[in-house]
Amino acid sequence: MSDDGAAVVAAVEAVAERLERERDHLTELDSAIGDADHGGNMARGWAEAADAARDLDDPEPETVVKAVGKTLMSEVGGASGPLFGGSLVFASAEITDGITAETAVAFAETYLEKVEDRGDARLGDQTMVDALTPAVHTFKKSIESDDIGTLEALAKAVAAAERGVAFTVPIRARKGRASYLGWRSVGHQDPGATSTLFILEEVLATAADELDADVPAVDAASPTIPDDETEADAADEE
Amino acid sequence: MVGLVVVSHSERAAEGIVEVAAEMAGDTPIEAVGGDGQGGIGTVPDAIEAALEAADDGDGVVVVVDLGSAVMNADVAIELSEAEAVVADAPVLEGAVNAAVAATDPSATLDSVREQAEAARDIEKL
Repeated sequence: MSDDGAAVVAAVEAVAERLERERDHLTELDSAIGDADHGGNMARGWAEAADAARDLDDPEPETVVKAVGKTLMSEVGGASGPLFGGSLVFASAEITDGITAETAVAFAETYLEKVEDRGDARLGDQTMVDALTPAVHTFKKSIESDDIGTLEALAKAVAAAERGVAFTVPIRARKGRASYLGWRSVGHQDPGATSTLFILEEVLATAADELDADVPAVDAASPTIPDDETEADAADEE
Repeated sequence: MVGLVVVSHSERAAEGIVEVAAEMAGDTPIEAVGGDGQGGIGTVPDAIEAALEAADDGDGVVVVVDLGSAVMNADVAIELSEAEAVVADAPVLEGAVNAAVAATDPSATLDSVREQAEAARDIEKL
């Protein structure tokens, strides 16, 4: 077993535990604007994904991610299967040679593109894309332009995703079940963006743990996403 | 013949729509698929893939779907399946009836059946 493969298995287990703890919270968010199945679907799907990851004989990052994606695709009813699962399977091709800063950026970008494609959703539609986009952009910029360490870049990405989740509250849903509610979707936090943040938080915590480091304290108001920029985006949506 | 698959979040809805469409369908192979595989509401790609295989006799399959995740899971199933299949951008019941009728035309193709399913978007009821 490679160390990286084992680390990815540990991350998947941490995600599964977190989503089990957040089951009721996610269901509550989804009850307000959707079909109230997100908490149960994610908790059940990731529990089975963690089993599948543990059952692999010789886990490598790619094979673990692919196994998790396939399990989510077949076990999770609703949109979460193809969105989380299908995108993981697709993006796993980017880490065939293992995880480095470069392949992690490629993985993140490919994952985001696949989610946008499959869901036909764009930034500002009140979906998981609103959490993913700032996370992926911030991660890429931190690594490629700012040349900061991968763990710190990941911490910044999580902080960016948190702001993305908050951004889903004051905007109207254009995709997903919440879009059927029209203006009544305004004022609600998107469940898929929220679970995306939880997943990223657990990946960060596991990465810090594996590196025997503390989770870096980064400013949520990172200069990579200035205040005035997010406010301008929010104004455009109204 | 071109086959037809009806995908709904509800297995009973899918079966009911197939019942309605089958009245006009002649020998067209039609499969109903729906539900989350555990008795609940939802859609799963594996079940849709199985329905595609069952409805395909070599001439392809037109798929009609209900809400959002049915579209996504149908897309995934089509990527997994050996069958040549397309999702029609059509209302699920009217599209199924139109497609079933179109498939009975001796010159029907995958494209012509899909076009007829999609023509159901323009059906006026009043």
